[in-house]
This record gives sequence, structure tokens and C-alpha cells, in this order.
Amino acid sequence: MVRRVVITGLGVVAPGGVGVKEYWELLTAGRTATRTISFYDASPFRSRVAAECDFDPAAAGLSPQETRRLDRAAQFAVVSTREALADSGLDTSALDPSRIGTSLGSAVGCTTSLEREYVVVSDGGRKWNVDHEYAVPELYRHFVPSSMAAEVGQEAGAEGPAAVVSTGCTSGLDSLGHAVELIREGTCDVMIAGATEAPISPITSACFDAIHATTPRNDTPESACRPFDRTRSGLVLGEGAAILVLEELESARRRGAHIYAEIAGFAARCNAYHMTGLKPDGREMAEAIDAALDEARLNPTAIDYINAHGSGTKMNDRHETGAFKRSLGDHAYATPVSSIKSMIGHSLGAIGSLEIAACALAMEHGVLPPTANLHEPDPELDLDYIPLTARERKTDTVLSVGSGFGGFQSAMLLARPERSAR
Amino acid sequence: MSTTTTKTEVTLADLTRMLRESAGEEEGVDLDGDVLDTPFIDLGYDSLALLQVIGQIQREYGIAIPDDAVVDAETPGALLDLINSGQASPA
Amino acid sequence: MTATATATPTAPAVRPAPATAPAVRTTAVVTGLGIAAPNGLGTEDYWRATLAGESGLGRVTRFDPSQYPSTIGGEVPGYVAEEHIPSRLMPQTDHMTRLALTAADWAVADAGIAPGDLPEYGMGVVTAASGGAVEFGQRELQNLWSQGKQYVSAYQSFAWFYAVNTGQISIRHKMRGPSGVLLTEQAGGVDSIGHARRHVRKGVPMVVSGGVDAALCPWGWVPQIASGLMSTVSDPSRAYLPFSAEASGYVPGEGGAILIVEDAESARERGAEHVYGAVAGYAATLDPAPGSGRPSALRRAAENALADAGVRPEDVDVVFADAAGTPELDRAEAKVLEEIFGARGVPVTAPKSMTGRLLAGGAALDAATALLALRDGVIPPTAGVAEADPGHRIDLVTGAREADLRTALVLARGHGGFNAALVLRRAH
Repeated sequence: MVRRVVITGLGVVAPGGVGVKEYWELLTAGRTATRTISFYDASPFRSRVAAECDFDPAAAGLSPQETRRLDRAAQFAVVSTREALADSGLDTSALDPSRIGTSLGSAVGCTTSLEREYVVVSDGGRKWNVDHEYAVPELYRHFVPSSMAAEVGQEAGAEGPAAVVSTGCTSGLDSLGHAVELIREGTCDVMIAGATEAPISPITSACFDAIHATTPRNDTPESACRPFDRTRSGLVLGEGAAILVLEELESARRRGAHIYAEIAGFAARCNAYHMTGLKPDGREMAEAIDAALDEARLNPTAIDYINAHGSGTKMNDRHETGAFKRSLGDHAYATPVSSIKSMIGHSLGAIGSLEIAACALAMEHGVLPPTANLHEPDPELDLDYIPLTARERKTDTVLSVGSGFGGFQSAMLLARPERSAR
Repeated sequence: MSTTTTKTEVTLADLTRMLRESAGEEEGVDLDGDVLDTPFIDLGYDSLALLQVIGQIQREYGIAIPDDAVVDAETPGALLDLINSGQASPA
Repeated sequence: MTATATATPTAPAVRPAPATAPAVRTTAVVTGLGIAAPNGLGTEDYWRATLAGESGLGRVTRFDPSQYPSTIGGEVPGYVAEEHIPSRLMPQTDHMTRLALTAADWAVADAGIAPGDLPEYGMGVVTAASGGAVEFGQRELQNLWSQGKQYVSAYQSFAWFYAVNTGQISIRHKMRGPSGVLLTEQAGGVDSIGHARRHVRKGVPMVVSGGVDAALCPWGWVPQIASGLMSTVSDPSRAYLPFSAEASGYVPGEGGAILIVEDAESARERGAEHVYGAVAGYAATLDPAPGSGRPSALRRAAENALADAGVRPEDVDVVFADAAGTPELDRAEAKVLEEIFGARGVPVTAPKSMTGRLLAGGAALDAATALLALRDGVIPPTAGVAEADPGHRIDLVTGAREADLRTALVLARGHGGFNAALVLRRAH
């Protein structure tokens, strides 16, 4: 008997608002949350835009102790965990804690806190032998981002397996894939799974600048991220978190849980090609899509919406358009595709989970979020990218993909659990 | 940057030295040979390697090289032309 | 690719269930090892030194430690990166990744896997990480903050991050199958092997697993000082004495192990040269929040791993302990061992007393060491410890001990509450 995994709770911190409701309003309005960086003086940088969260830890329910102890990314994760648990209606204290697991994605961990503390202990970069006497007690927790998974798990009363999954920009899909695996194999019945990232800091700006990955379109920050547009010029950094409550289907049904969608298939591949580069043919991403379809026992024609990686770099958007055509054949032309990074930026390790949350909401509401800022189609990119405005459409099967530094390519399929049983 | 720079011509020898420092040397490639018109890609250098070496040139020579150089300059000769022809501006 | 242009099917295109039942659960075996450790570079050097009780701990030389309360570490000796790493990779890799690539090369060669032996999507890479490539990261932070953003390397975008070892290993060996990176601090080595077995069970013939870490730079040192768990003893032979009455904290080291985890059937088919042992059982748990009043979940991890392997406690011939080296954490582990195996009920050893704790590399090296012990029928010692604190009612192995070993249990704990356990069984 195959154990199937469903999404029964959502919690989100995203640019444009804290909470699922604000998140969905932003996405369906086609509004963008990208702006000129306000967290630090970004004037030396080539790219000076980002999608920042207006996040007030106290207003979000964190105690002063939690705010002091936790990196910004961990704060996002804890706040999202609370919302997701409340949304699921699950009383974890009534469950066997050993059957609840934790899987948290993050690409760059507690980088904001680490850089802040580095500046202190190194005296502004002057000392190689940094000074331990200025180190805060939390420094080791920031140094090992696994601490964030422990924090989330302990928040939820989970005592099953816990880990941070860190596969660059596919972390947010891979952490969910990992969680699905733990439920399917019978290790856990419930997973607190998702991803978090708070990467907007000078060192992140500097390293993306150095490889021209981020857009230099600083004059119009609100339309700086232009996936699939002819004028696209790079990604826009974002931040945020999405935590999902995942449950085994039958036990979710028994307790009468609200089910957003089933995670029907997942696969990850590596391109083994380049740490940052992509080949235009999208072969390994297509391979991941095919394998996810196999796992879900779905044919490509079942897919009725694709939530694209759509980072807005020249290379990525070609690469994944190639992958969709490779896997879906002619059906790719009939399938609406959109990139919500146009609105909330690219939150690296978190974005995959934020996108799956958006996919679950799209299925729930029968509305597909658009690709904002897509005014001038790129003649090389000839799919239906849902420009500018959300589209009403009943959606039963959704594909979401991710692509990350390190060569990681991942694909996940959501479907309605009531489709014919396996 | 505190270094004061006088504008000097960047030679092929300078460039190959910096390529070695910034990006290493592909096995089977002789950077000391006639590589002026050999595409970077055939020398084993990808766009990251070029970005890294362009960064080094900018720092050492105190010049600003346009963003497009990494795409447009496909060979050492083309990159040197771009740097030495005045398209690069003092930083 | 059989889709039609008319598209939008009216019925979901669900495929029928396959006619055949899922395959019988496969056995995951380890067919290759690559080791870089403070007391030995390469498997045989390491194993010889470990059995001889030769420690690799000493005063740190990779940076000047004199200003710090802790000065002892475990550095991998005699590693000349240029002899192992192509020139093109040198500027874009940290010491950690170079060690990892070298250990992976050795493991693949040890397993006798040549390019083309296995399908490209049939090979995956799962590594553990803790704090990333810290030395590379510190250098770039320093470049940024002391000189400016134009001094930051183009390679910084990936060279420091947690996924770098998996990415570079997959590229170097053209392994395109399912891959991953797990972070559970010191428990990660065991988790990566457990996860590799998961992939093998799903039909991936071979997965490179384990962990190699290296945080011996000031920016890797100071956070560990802040943890309050590091030893401040300056005599290398007395600084890290797990389970002893003098236990005073841990000593960090660099290195680790890469293990080739393979489907037993597939290994047989390709004529694998040797099988070190089987990954028979695995489990992981998370401790409850501090102050919750609930007990640690270490015992459950160990018991679940034994149950997963289908072995009883009396079947276990040796335990490779986490051996944190602080009195409280040692007491907690010794208590769990007594609860499961009875007082002094099983030989317990901590060869990491000779290497220091290797962060993400530590538990992977313990697993590799356990496999070597199973192969040769000898338990390596806990060096430097004359006897266990009598308060710990464990049979601590303090000198190499020959024994008929069939089953080993590896325990690992990660800072913040992570527990992992691995049961390894000798190949027949």
C-alpha cells in the first residue's frame, strides 16, 4: 500500500506581507514587492534592488528572547511554522512526537547574522584572527544553520528526523521532496516542511554582483525582475519563508483535515555540468520532470499549470523553456506558465517552498498567478507565460520546477488526491 | 581603492598571468603559445573565469571594463583590444 | 512526448498502476572508501595510525591560535592540493572542497567504478555539511569589508556554500542522479549515508555519500569557542578525552570520509572488487526543546536503527560512540548505552579521540572506520584515555582489541538536538 502525502497547512512570510492571505493577494493582484534595498547602503553595488519583507518580529508574535536568539531566516521559519500548524488544525501535542519530522530548506543559512557578527569580531574586516571576546553566544547557532531545523522542529513538538536540506536554489523543493519521502517510507506521519531564507546582505549583493547574476535595472525597482521578457537582465534577490504541514493522506482524511493538494511526484537531478551555468536544452531539468511524472504516474498532458523557476536571467529562462518543451512536447504550448519571482524576487533556498505554497493556493482558488513585468515577449520564448494579470482556471495538476547553483534541477507535481486511485 | 594608477597597456603576457592566477590553467592548453585569437572557451575558460579575470584587471589597472566585455570579447585578443582601445574607463 | 497539440485533456492523464509489484527491498552496501583524516591521509594510512593509537591532534598551524583559549586541533597532514586538484579548480575551491574531491576520487577508484560503468542518472551524490567552506568565506568577507565589493571573488557565489561539495563531486564524476545535501551538524555523516540508502532503495544503483569538513580558520574557530563546548586544554594528548574523568570538551579537526553506497545486486553485476559491509539500519531523531522536561531522543534513534536492521542489542559487537567529550554529554550517551546494552554490555570506542570532531565529516569517518573494523576483525582504540570514568558504566576500548565483528552501531549527535544511528553489518 503506497502512502500518499498531502498538504494540510500553509504558513508564509513573503515580501509584501506576513501570512498566507496577504501573500495570495499580492500574487493574484500581479503586484510587485521589489524595491530599492533599504537594509543597508547598496549604492556601491551594481544591483541595488531586492524584494524585502516588512517583517516586525514582535508584531509577528516572536518574544524578545526569540528575536534576539534567532537569525532573521529562523524568525521567518518559526512564524511560518506557527501559521501552518494553526491552518492545518493539527494538534501536535496529541500526536506521537516521534512520528513528526522536520525538513527545512535553506541555501545560505544564517548569512545575515553571520555577516553582522563577522564585522564586529573582525573589526570591520581588519583582523584575520577575529576576536572571540566579541562573539555573541548565538554565534555557533548561526554558524551551523541546522540550528534552524531544530528550532522549527522543537517549535512544533516534532521528535522524528530533522534536517536542513541545502541544495542551493532548489533547497525549497528538495526539502519538501525529502519530507514526502519520510512519510512515504513510513518513518513519519506528519512533516513540518518548507524553507526559509534571509539573504539580503552586503556579501550576497557582492557575490551576485561579481557574476552579474542580479539585475542592474536600478532605476525602476518595482519592475526590475522581468522573467521571460525580452528586456530581462537578471534576478532580483528576495527573502521569506514558507512552511507546509504535510500528512499521510488517509490519516489526514480520518481527522477531516482540509487538503490543499497531494504532492504526487518529485525528482531531483544534477546537470553535472557547471556550478552556475546551464545548457540551453534543459536536458537534466527535463529528466527531473519526466521522473516526477513517472513517480506520480501522470502523463505530461495532465499538467495544466507550470510554476516556473523563471529567475529572469537570460540563461535560465531559455534553459527551462527548453526543458518544458522536451518533457511536455506540444502540450507545453497549451500549458500556462508563470514566474512569481517577478513579484517576490528570488529568495534562493526559500523560493521553492514559497512557489509550492503558491501552487497549492492556485489549485485551491482556481486562479493562476501571473508573470508581472512581462510586456515585451522574447521571440525565443514562445510559451504562454500568463503576462501581467492573474487568470481564472480550474487546475488539477501543477508542475513546479527549480534550478540551482551546484547544477541542481528539481521538479515537483501537485495533484488533487481524488484523481483515480493508484 | 587607494592605489594610484597610471594608464598602462595590458599585454597578452599580463593577461595570461592573470588568467592563471584568477582561473587556473586547463590541462592540455598552452597559454604561452599563440592564443591571441583562440576563443576563451577553447582555452578552457567559462564566463565565470572571465568575470574573475576581468575583476582582477580592473583592480590591478584601476580601470572599469564594461559589463558586456564578458559576452563580447570571445578571445584574449578581443579582450585586450577592448581594454587598450580606451573603451575601458578609469575607475 | 506523445502529447497532442489539442491539449487540455478532459480527464486527468493518469497512468495505470504497473502490473508488477515493487521490487523486493534491496540491500545497500558500501563498496568504496576515501578518507582524509588528521592522523592519516588515505584509507590505509589512516587505518594503520588508528589501530596504533596515533593521534593527529596538535597545536593549530593553519592560523596562529595563541590569542584563543583553545589552541588544539586536528589538521590533515601532508595534503598538497595541487597534486590532486586540477589547476582550473584551484581558484574556485576551498581547502574543504579540495579534500572532499580528493576523498571522492579515492572512494570511486576504491569501488572500481570507471566512467561509463553506470548510467549517468544512476549515480547520485549526497553529502553532509555544517558551516560551509568557512575559510573561503572568511577571505571574501574580509575582501568585501576591508577593501570593497570589487575585491570579492566571482566564485564566492558558490565556493563557500553548504552544497558545494555535492555540486563539485557531481560535476567531476558526471553523476546526474538524485543528489542532496543534509545539515545536522555532527550527525550529518550518518544522515547522508542513511539518505544514500534511501536513494538506492528507490532504484539508484550508486550514491556517493559521507562528509568532509574543514573549518580550521579563525572564522571557523571563534563560533566554536562561543558554543562553550571546546576544550581549553593546551596539551594535545590531554585536550580531548571522551568518557574519561578528565573530559574537558572537544577538539575540532578537519577531514572526513566519502563512502560509495551501492545496490548490492548492481555491485555484484558490475563485479565490484570488494564489499566492506551493508548499511543494515538507520534512524534519526530530534531532541525535544530544552526545558520541555521530555527526555533526549538519542536512545530512540539507536533503538530504531537496531529495529530497522532487524538486530537485537546482543547482536551488536561494537559501538562507535558520538563521544562529545564534555562530562554532561558523555554521561548522557553512556546512560543510553547502558540502558540498551546493559552495564558494560558492549565494547564502545571513540577513534575520533585521535582526529578531533570533524563536524560534518566526523560521523562519516566513524562509519568508514567501523567498516574497516568489521573487515579486519579489530576494534580501534579510544586513544589517550586510560580508562573510562567509572561513573560511565561502559566497556571503553582503550587499546586495539581483536574480536569477531559482525555488526557495528555508529552513534552521532549534532548540536541543537540531532541524533542519528547507523547499523553496519560485515559483508559475508
